Amino acid sequence: MMATSYNAKEEDGHHSGASSHGAAGVVKSKKPDNTAFKQQRLPAWQPILTAGTVLPAFFVIGLIFIPIGIGLYVSSNNIKEFEIDYTGVDISNPCYSCAKNFSWNSTTPCVCSMNFTLEQPFESNVFMYYGLSNFYQNHRRYVKSRDDSQLNGDQSALKNPSKECEPYRTSDGLPIAPCGAIANSLFNDTLELYHIDSNNTRNTIPLVKKGIAWWTDKHVKFRNPGENLTAAFQGTNKPVNWRKPVYELDPSDPDNNGFINEDFIVWMRTAALPTFRKLYRIIQKKSNTTPTLPSGKYVLEITYNYPVLSFDGRKRMILSTISWMGGKNPFLGIAYITVGSICFFLGVVLLIIHHKYDTRSNSADIPN
Amino acid sequence: MAFWRRNTHIEKERHVKANARDYNDKFSYADNRIKTSKYNIFTFLPINLFEQFQRVANAYFLVLLILQVIPEISSLSWFTTIVPLVLVLVITAVKDATDDYFRHKSDQQVNNRQSQVLIRGSLQNEKWMNVRVGDIIRLENNQFVAADILLLCSSEPYGLCYIETAELDGETNLKVRQALTVTSDLKDITKLMDFDGEVICEPPNNKLDKFTGTLYWRDNKYPLDNEKMLLRGCVLRNTEWCFGMVIFAGLQTKLMQNCGRTTFKRTSIDKLMNTLVLWIFAFLICMGVILAIGNTIWVSWIGRNFQVFLPGEEFQSNAVFSGFLTFWSYIIILNTVVPISLYVSVEVLRLGHSYFINWDQKMFCRQTNTAAEARTTTLNEELGQVEFIFSDKTGTLTQNIMVFSKCSINGQTYGDVYNEFDEKVEITEKTACVDFSFNPLCDKAFKFYDGSLIEAIKLEDLAVQEFFRLLALCHTVMPEEKSEGHLVYLAQSPDEGALVTAARNFGFVFRARTPETITLCEMGRAVTYQLLAILDFNNVRKRMSVIVRNPQGQIKLYCKGADTIIFDRLDPSSEALMYTTSEHLNEFAGEGLRTLALAYKDLDEDDFEVWMKKLLFASTVIENREDQLAVLYEEIEQGLKLLGATAIEDKLQEGVPETIACLNLADIKIWVLTGDKLETAMNIGYSCNMLRDDMNEVFVISGHTLLEVQQQLRSAKEHILGLSRVSSVGDVEKTDMFADDSVFEEAIIAEYALVINGHSLAHALEPQLEHILLDLACLCKTVICCRVTPLQKAQVVELVKRHKRAVTLAIGDGANDVSMIKTAHIGVGISGQEGMQAVLASDYSFAQFRYLQRLLLVHGRWSYFRMCNFLCYFFYKNFAFTLVHFWYGFFCGFSAQTVYDQWFITLFNIVYTSLPVLAMGLFDQDVNDQNSLRYPSLYKPGQQNLLFNKRQFFLCTLQGMGTSFLLFFIPYGAFSVMVKEDGSHFSDQQTFAVTIATTLVIVVSVQIGLDKHYWTAVNHLFIWGSLTVYFAILFAMQSNGIFGIFPSNFPFVGTARNCLSEKSVWLVILLTTVVCVVPGLVVSFLRVDLFPTLTDKVRHLQQSRKKEGPQEQNLRRVRRTSSRRSAYAFSHQQGYGELITSGKNMKMSTVSSAGSPGRTPHSSTWIENMLKRKNEVSCTSDESGNRAKQTPKQQVRA
Repeated sequence: MMATSYNAKEEDGHHSGASSHGAAGVVKSKKPDNTAFKQQRLPAWQPILTAGTVLPAFFVIGLIFIPIGIGLYVSSNNIKEFEIDYTGVDISNPCYSCAKNFSWNSTTPCVCSMNFTLEQPFESNVFMYYGLSNFYQNHRRYVKSRDDSQLNGDQSALKNPSKECEPYRTSDGLPIAPCGAIANSLFNDTLELYHIDSNNTRNTIPLVKKGIAWWTDKHVKFRNPGENLTAAFQGTNKPVNWRKPVYELDPSDPDNNGFINEDFIVWMRTAALPTFRKLYRIIQKKSNTTPTLPSGKYVLEITYNYPVLSFDGRKRMILSTISWMGGKNPFLGIAYITVGSICFFLGVVLLIIHHKYDTRSNSADIPN
Repeated sequence: MAFWRRNTHIEKERHVKANARDYNDKFSYADNRIKTSKYNIFTFLPINLFEQFQRVANAYFLVLLILQVIPEISSLSWFTTIVPLVLVLVITAVKDATDDYFRHKSDQQVNNRQSQVLIRGSLQNEKWMNVRVGDIIRLENNQFVAADILLLCSSEPYGLCYIETAELDGETNLKVRQALTVTSDLKDITKLMDFDGEVICEPPNNKLDKFTGTLYWRDNKYPLDNEKMLLRGCVLRNTEWCFGMVIFAGLQTKLMQNCGRTTFKRTSIDKLMNTLVLWIFAFLICMGVILAIGNTIWVSWIGRNFQVFLPGEEFQSNAVFSGFLTFWSYIIILNTVVPISLYVSVEVLRLGHSYFINWDQKMFCRQTNTAAEARTTTLNEELGQVEFIFSDKTGTLTQNIMVFSKCSINGQTYGDVYNEFDEKVEITEKTACVDFSFNPLCDKAFKFYDGSLIEAIKLEDLAVQEFFRLLALCHTVMPEEKSEGHLVYLAQSPDEGALVTAARNFGFVFRARTPETITLCEMGRAVTYQLLAILDFNNVRKRMSVIVRNPQGQIKLYCKGADTIIFDRLDPSSEALMYTTSEHLNEFAGEGLRTLALAYKDLDEDDFEVWMKKLLFASTVIENREDQLAVLYEEIEQGLKLLGATAIEDKLQEGVPETIACLNLADIKIWVLTGDKLETAMNIGYSCNMLRDDMNEVFVISGHTLLEVQQQLRSAKEHILGLSRVSSVGDVEKTDMFADDSVFEEAIIAEYALVINGHSLAHALEPQLEHILLDLACLCKTVICCRVTPLQKAQVVELVKRHKRAVTLAIGDGANDVSMIKTAHIGVGISGQEGMQAVLASDYSFAQFRYLQRLLLVHGRWSYFRMCNFLCYFFYKNFAFTLVHFWYGFFCGFSAQTVYDQWFITLFNIVYTSLPVLAMGLFDQDVNDQNSLRYPSLYKPGQQNLLFNKRQFFLCTLQGMGTSFLLFFIPYGAFSVMVKEDGSHFSDQQTFAVTIATTLVIVVSVQIGLDKHYWTAVNHLFIWGSLTVYFAILFAMQSNGIFGIFPSNFPFVGTARNCLSEKSVWLVILLTTVVCVVPGLVVSFLRVDLFPTLTDKVRHLQQSRKKEGPQEQNLRRVRRTSSRRSAYAFSHQQGYGELITSGKNMKMSTVSSAGSPGRTPHSSTWIENMLKRKNEVSCTSDESGNRAKQTPKQQVRA
């Protein structure tokens, strides 16, 4: 510990070095290698910020961004969207009573209908979303309250769900399938859409419920524990809030039942923000001649099962068409136009500043 | 360790008995084994881990790790912390282990050296580590002394032996040690076996020049002092062998005690970094508190009602407690603002920079075959901030080689070379030397270029002959003729050696001396002079004389000394010559040469007789002997006749004036601290352009009392400031206000220099004067402290370090510089000249002073620049990365939900972004090395700490914060209503995470591209590689395969595919990247365009020059312009003359032949020997072949 700086190797090295004058050829030269790397002479590109490089960049950015922005804005504006809030906060809202009298235990579902009018026809495929507000699907405890192994059809996880699912891990001594708060809070309103034609008759609009989830989710991430669902889920309990067990989510279609029920999968993909919309149904375009949803009167019939009023949440139904860049999204277009304009403007300002206060030209007078 | 400490604590005095191991064992003294290593195989893991967790950062991550295990708090999986932590620990441990391995190896090497120990009546070879206190060991010529030993006897007469103490104190001249008379007779083994003396002495200490003890032997007491000790680290020279008794061994030797624990040096950036990390901690806690409060509010307003879907346990619905838990959760999430990889990356960078120093060819010295070495890997960036350099003189600025370069004989100068047009020609390596082949005894290493001198000799010019005769006679050099004609001079000072060697080559060969005679070989004829008296040198006299009787019977006094002294004592007849010589002296001094004036006097037989009697009488007087002798000397050294003057070049190291000039331009203040005398030091000051004639004033402080010094300092300061307010009656309190005067420093344009001697320095360093000293010193361009002790050197450094908040660098080569090297922020050792002590204590070592320029202006500057850029970027990157969570907190109910995938958090710092930033930190160059050297002003930003300070830190964290804000809110805006191209819902958390993570990686990569100045292939590889690796890992981790194996660990399956195939996502990424990068780009463009720094200008110049193609570099050469009159420069010790006249150091061949079989047997006495040699040996003896191998230095020294 004492003599950390005493080093015999060097002591010797010194003396051998000193005596090497006479026989320089014998002693190996310690001269460092003359490589570009060791001498820090690696060939390099040395860009510097000059007006010649920076200003054109700004103009280029501006010139690229503004058209993109305009394109985005226009296509976003061409998208038709209709939104209706059916939470039932106001007394005037048809769903007010359903919302008020909600009880988890009621056996008869409360149904309410809302009338609305589409001013313009919706061409091509129409997508029907439900939107929730003030719903914290991104809360940490909520997000982690699931068991991906169980949802992937893992037998042991089915019987013994992850601890993360607490307090929705077991009920009545049996493991819950699917466990966790996310599954437990599955959105279970049923929305049906009717078109009121000129004769005042209600025509049911066919809603496609398949193809709403991501392919990877449906085919990779979510898997049923077995072919025979009733048997597979034997020994598990349904989530507390659910009216029916998971294997009865869509008894009509074994490909859409159990864990691979698409409504369930969509719900399980938790939203990033407390206000979100999720795809509920697709209204397929029927023919090229008639619009998918012609303008006119419609009725939205809601089976009101999902309480959000208690935490000041809102429920909406959204009908929308899509374009090449997805749904209606004015933000991107406006942002691109703004940023493009700012860049262009900056380019102009910098150009003026550069010309007015140019100090570059006299760079030769470098003091020593 | 504990054992050792207890031992020293108890040991009041040391009892050692020779040849009695049993007796000595009782005291359990340290054995001669040294151990500098820290660990062994078994203790490595626990000790190393313990040490590592003592570091705040590592401990912090350990705490985090523990927090993450608590499920209620855990917001991140444990692996996000443990993977980086383990990586960091492993890298550090590997480094420590390698270091320790090399220490083990070097310990072993020292411990296994062989020495001869007298055991049970015979000499046995033993390893050094087995030598024990009380052993008697035999040393041979040129061997290292194994331990601190008491000299008992030697091959030389009177128990003398010579040692070189370069390892210990840095002095290269030989030192004499003499054994006690009683022990010097113990020359054979049997006698030594019977020796049973007991030494009682002081306990181990670190005082190299002091030893007190007593030898008890045969009922007698003999006092022991340092003159009888050979210390470990010395080398035995010119002595066939000697025996000694071990007094201190191993760690208790004075060398080891002096090594001390090397204090761990930290750079200012290190300290700043620690402060900043604390700030970041505070900031982290602030954010935690804000978010915790947010959580409390959220829980009580919303969360309470949201329980329908998200029920919590009792404690989780308690708003305040939930807030408390959230605080810890956020501490975990946001911990990456204090990046764990920061410390490791910094270490890696410094290591890399150190290697670049080691590899630099331009700092390799071909002569000594030594490359520069960064011995400490932790200080590199500090090299870019140096403001003060403290330099040793001998061996650092100068080569410590004296060369006889010019002379003035009888009004005629010799030494310059003229061409056919009578113009002075600069002497270069190619200039033809004078051919000394006529003289078989010449020293081949001696070089002289002026042929006219040799012609004058050959013409038998009397003055010239007398001149060289004087040089050959008037000195205290000892000759050694190991074989015929192979003369080696043992000189006390290099000056003398140079003069005698010059005389030798010009045909006046000093061949041999006895106490009463001096034998010369004058132009081939052997001439013996009778030596009547040596009037020795001392500091007051500044001259030395010899009185000799030549074969013709004339008595002559030859005197050499400082010109002023000699000129005062000249005979009026020499007046005319004096003026010419004086002019020549001015000329010599102007070239920075050390001059001596030479004079002689013919003495009258009777007068001398009378004087001699007085001298003999005076030398027996006990009281005032010195004074009486001085008076007598004065009496006879009068009426001298001037012969001429010599000029010796104290060879500066190559490029010293240029280096100093260059460093001065870089605003680095250079102080010379030397043990030399005032005149010598000033001389060197002039020759390296530190002192110049055009300086307004050179203050010389040489007071003997505190008041005197104070007075001198004050008046000097008054002079500079020209202010009346610096009153001379000011008391101590008043001096404090001078500290504020530093503002004036800038205003002073005039150049001043301060020269202060050691004695005054002792006073000036006292607390009441140190401020005024420091102020004065900082007002001066040049500061030279002479006659300073090693301790004072350290004190001066300490003074500046304490009061100036500037980075100091000490450079030296000898052991006397060790203290200052260790004290300064950065210690640099010059390797290859003197001993290795300085190098061993240093942080950087190289062979020549001029490499300092490159070390500081190129490597230091680059290191600083790179480190600062690295740190700025690193903090930016981590803030941008981490604070996204903060913004997200406002949208996820302050629940500590992470934005990113956990794997991304784990890998971001160590995989995705570490290599590009490391490459930037290693390879970036703003300005190439030639321009760094060419424009020394480029160094100034480092001194002013401009590139990384609190403001810069604030700016880069602000940029990071801004980036994180945009990183979050642009996707937020885009995602709130976004759906996929197939209409399916898309604004889910995982997509959001992947989008932001991808954007982040791209943004930081673009940003580093903009921050970087120097794109090598490696940089390209790392940046593009990192991006590729990011996408590769992203897709691999979100692939079906890995999900199938670990479904719960990789829940992001398919997200990347679904997300990155969307056009809108890429539009968001593009938008965010541009928005994040553009503001920084605008700011830096405006800065470069409107307020270009010198760096920017040079860069611009460099680039435009590159386009034009390579240009001729005009190197500025510094010319010496001084014409100052130098003074006597005789680095010499008093008292050698006495040793010569007493004959003590003359060899007795009878004795020496007994112990040295290699030596030719001689006749019994030296006189006979002399006579024999005189008769038999002709002056034209053959050259021995091996002499050519001698270096000049060896010849001078030996």
